[in-house]
Amino acid sequence: MTTSPRPAAATARGAALRRKHRREAYRTLAFLSPWLIGFGFFFAYPLISTVYFSFMKYDGFTAPVFTGLKNWDYVFNHYPFFWQGLGNTLWLVVVMVALRVVFGLGIGLLITKVKSGAGFFRTAFYLPYLAPPVAATIAFAFLLNPGTGPVNHALAQLGLPQPGWFNDPSWSKPALTMLALWGIGDLMVIFLAALLDVPQEQYEAAELDGAGAFKKFRFVTVPHIAPIVVFAVVTGVIQTMQYYTQAIVAGKVASGVIGGSGQQFEPGYPRGSTWTLPQMVYNLGFQRFDTGSACVVALILFAISMAFTSLLLRRRAGFVTGED
Amino acid sequence: MTLTSSPRLARPLDAPARTDAHRAARRRAALHWVAVHTTAIAAALFFLLPFVFVFLTSVMSDRQALTTDYWPQHWQWGNYVKVWQTPGFLTWWRNTLVYAVAGTVLTVVSSLPVAYALARFRFRGRNLALMAVISMMMLPPQVTVIPMYLFWAKQLHLTGTLWPLVIPMAFGDAFTIFLLRQFLLTIPREYTEAARVDGCGELRTLLRVILPMARPAIAAVALFQFFYCWNDYFGPQIYASENPGAWTLSYGLESFKGAHHTNWNLTMAATLLIMAPVIVLFFFAQKAFIEGVTLTGVKG
Repeated sequence: MTTSPRPAAATARGAALRRKHRREAYRTLAFLSPWLIGFGFFFAYPLISTVYFSFMKYDGFTAPVFTGLKNWDYVFNHYPFFWQGLGNTLWLVVVMVALRVVFGLGIGLLITKVKSGAGFFRTAFYLPYLAPPVAATIAFAFLLNPGTGPVNHALAQLGLPQPGWFNDPSWSKPALTMLALWGIGDLMVIFLAALLDVPQEQYEAAELDGAGAFKKFRFVTVPHIAPIVVFAVVTGVIQTMQYYTQAIVAGKVASGVIGGSGQQFEPGYPRGSTWTLPQMVYNLGFQRFDTGSACVVALILFAISMAFTSLLLRRRAGFVTGED
Repeated sequence: MTLTSSPRLARPLDAPARTDAHRAARRRAALHWVAVHTTAIAAALFFLLPFVFVFLTSVMSDRQALTTDYWPQHWQWGNYVKVWQTPGFLTWWRNTLVYAVAGTVLTVVSSLPVAYALARFRFRGRNLALMAVISMMMLPPQVTVIPMYLFWAKQLHLTGTLWPLVIPMAFGDAFTIFLLRQFLLTIPREYTEAARVDGCGELRTLLRVILPMARPAIAAVALFQFFYCWNDYFGPQIYASENPGAWTLSYGLESFKGAHHTNWNLTMAATLLIMAPVIVLFFFAQKAFIEGVTLTGVKG
């Protein structure tokens, strides 16, 4: 306790106030403590370590040795998969995110127009989203199997060309995109909620002004759902930067590699076409035991993701920090 | 959902005039109905046919599963028994359940007070804390995995067990915190202020006033977390892969396809067995789940 020359009553009040503030600070800390520990331990500490290891030569067994920018040079100039993987990731970001948003919005709109069996359709469109990614990918590898899969069987009967899907480098990413479109349920629900939030009176007013279906969509629907579309695009980009399970499982199943631990398979089968940045972290760190280079790729992934996260924080600032 | 027909078509039942204009409007409406429902059925086929094919293949014989036939000649329900009896399958099932249940409980218990503090307390750095939560939410798990793996492997010697998957769940999950906070913001302050006037501390307010009101949101985040753990592939691959006794279904399923190299029927049966709990749970808690998804994108 500090002593001051001020009148006793004021001091007592000041002390009480200080005590109250301190109590509130302790209380806040107590409520936040699980996350504060988690933040320090599962975010800050590993992030700093990743930066540290990115300058070290370290195989996970012998002591790390400082090597300056050698790992960075290796990843950018000598790791044979880096640019291909970055290219694939960007392909997926552009095509997958764009198609998912368009398709999700389309399905959302379709549901608002359906007058019979809306509940059935909503459930049908939502269900695939729940399928565990590994299970969904294996199922798609079966459906799109070039030789015996039902999809190519149907295409053959229609006299159409039958792509090699997960076994053909130019079709593997489109096949993964189809899988992503199949699991559109989350976006569909978000768009549906946004569409149902558009005030009906505005449609009626537009109709009185003689607006057709397209004009109603363009001038009433679009402005109302624009923030949700931005949200969907930015979160979609960040999710696609993390794209991992489907790409790795599709490659493994299609190449016929025996699953399980330690089995090597051709990275990004077929011919590197499904190779993504997150897979590189796994490949470098856990298969090649090149911890330093794996950390370089991890930091590149971090930089890109955080760039988009900041966009989300700015564009949707009202949404994110908005008070009640 | 308001599915009222457009005002143009609203006509009293006993309307006398069946003018050409009316008939044209009716025809347009009927065509519109047909077009919408045809599109919807086509889309539904795209979403549901994969399930149908997976199911039909799962009850075929080994030999037929390698052909392009799509209708089983003999329904071999025994395939499901075979999958169940595959060495390891039961263990993976149990591990997945342990991971999902423990993970869900720990996540919700540790995230709720954090979400409450972020939604209700006024303190310096609150916005900063919120941005940190969102940054964590958006962080690819691969960014931090190497130091985390080294920590679990070298310091604690716990790789090859479920501990590295479960323990982090006790320290709040960013996505859960964010979602709960979004929901808590929608609860009027009057409720908590009334509780304070009655002499409740913050913890009592949270447990007695907020918790019952937040039950739908808690149900939604619990389901999300359960599904996340149930479906997680990356975590088990990193921390549990060295010990088949600690594998989960997602990770085991892939090796299952490897071990039963050509047996698409058994693989599809296994695939359906790991989807089943998720889908059953969804049908029981559909409302909570859909509300939760909506909360991520729209509420604010």
